Amino acid sequence: MTTFTVPIDNGDSVKIAEEESQRTLYPYVTGTSIVAIKYKDGVLMASDMGGSYGSTLRYKNIERVKAIGKHSLLGASGEISDFQEILRYLDELTLNDNMWDDGNSLGPKEIHNYLTRVMYNRRNKFNPLWNTLVLGGVKNGKSYLGMVSMIGVSFEDDHVATGFGNHLARPILRDEWHADLSFEDGVKLLEKCMRVLLYRDRSAINKLQIAKITEEGVTVSQPYSLKTFWEFSSFHNPTAGAEGSW
Amino acid sequence: MDLNLDAPHSMGTTIIGVTYNGGVVLGADSRTSTGMYVANRASDKITQLTDNVYVCRSGSAADSQVVSDYVRYFLHQHTIQLGQPATVKVSANLIRMLAYNNKQNMLQTGLIVGGWDKYEGGKIYGIPLGGTVVEQPFAIGGSGSSYLYGFFDQAWKENMTKEEAEQLVVKAVSLAIARDGASGGVVRTVIINSEGVTRNFYPGDKLQLWHEELEPQNSLLDILNAAGPEPMAM
Repeated sequence: MTTFTVPIDNGDSVKIAEEESQRTLYPYVTGTSIVAIKYKDGVLMASDMGGSYGSTLRYKNIERVKAIGKHSLLGASGEISDFQEILRYLDELTLNDNMWDDGNSLGPKEIHNYLTRVMYNRRNKFNPLWNTLVLGGVKNGKSYLGMVSMIGVSFEDDHVATGFGNHLARPILRDEWHADLSFEDGVKLLEKCMRVLLYRDRSAINKLQIAKITEEGVTVSQPYSLKTFWEFSSFHNPTAGAEGSW
Repeated sequence: MDLNLDAPHSMGTTIIGVTYNGGVVLGADSRTSTGMYVANRASDKITQLTDNVYVCRSGSAADSQVVSDYVRYFLHQHTIQLGQPATVKVSANLIRMLAYNNKQNMLQTGLIVGGWDKYEGGKIYGIPLGGTVVEQPFAIGGSGSSYLYGFFDQAWKENMTKEEAEQLVVKAVSLAIARDGASGGVVRTVIINSEGVTRNFYPGDKLQLWHEELEPQNSLLDILNAAGPEPMAM
């Protein structure tokens, strides 16, 4: 903590402000929901490619799901610059791990634990990384899926969702997820969630990627768009029965 | 009328960076305001970092100047140590480092880094508030950019020629100036490619007129004299 002093006209100084070097900030460029599920061969994770600047849909080509090492996928919602910084931390972590050159590699459980410590410690200093992170992976045949929030809340589950996905995707997943989903059924389930988010989340854009991680490795799909449905008869003329209403 | 001459100098601004087939074109307006007063009507917001990398500055004039000064200094040393011109990516990353690490210090500057290097050719990097880095085929920033999202969605094409790209940038800055009170003055462009750097200057009278804008005259008297018998009649 440092204090600023300002000289005023008659030569005396006046203490005017104390610098708050540790404050909770606010996000600028943000990503919206991440939705992820465990399936038969590993984990599937979906996100759109939007970076919002307040209410403006400013960036439409941001990859919010990235491969970490050989065994993990990291998806992030929230402030993109903090996500980019986390990727740098993880780069350093995996690099140092590789330098041991002992054949060991960090698995999803270890990465998730590392991220939890980072997020929780920043929260304790009132200077959070403004993200909710989703960590999925497969190592030695075991699938792993967990998430960490900006306040350090951390847990594992069979299916997770962040942001708006908490409200819109989770109910769908609770109802329709089951163990040993095929790849096709998994993708269809995620697309169902993403379509609802597209209808109902203002910050969602229609350009998404679905990433898959299995024992073999990571694949991130090319960006693509979903078809949407508008042909309900009640959509065509909603105020027909009561002109002037909405 | 509250002029507030003590308000921090801010560049309302419209800034643009566009890649084309062979390089980049950077563009900006020239207005620096202190509250409602135009402190400088001919500022140069496209600042050199190295021979081959320039940056468009928006937001707080002071913050953007200090950040570009530091990065120019770092890049100078880096170039000496490297023994060859710095890349656009490294320049963007240095800017990002300062922007991200000074978030808490309320750094208020959005920047567009553009340049040409022998490895990647022409590249544009957008660095908004917060310190996110986004590599883009084109980038817009500053308060005037709000009026250009729709325009670029429609007008942008891949692989334009140098002339097409510059025309697009000039048109866009000019349109933003027409609607954004915080942008104004002249349109400056900087073209960077393998051959080098070209600076251009487009004062208001070189730009086309938009909706409800009139041809500038020397005086009403010229209109009256040129017109027919009853020019002042209703």
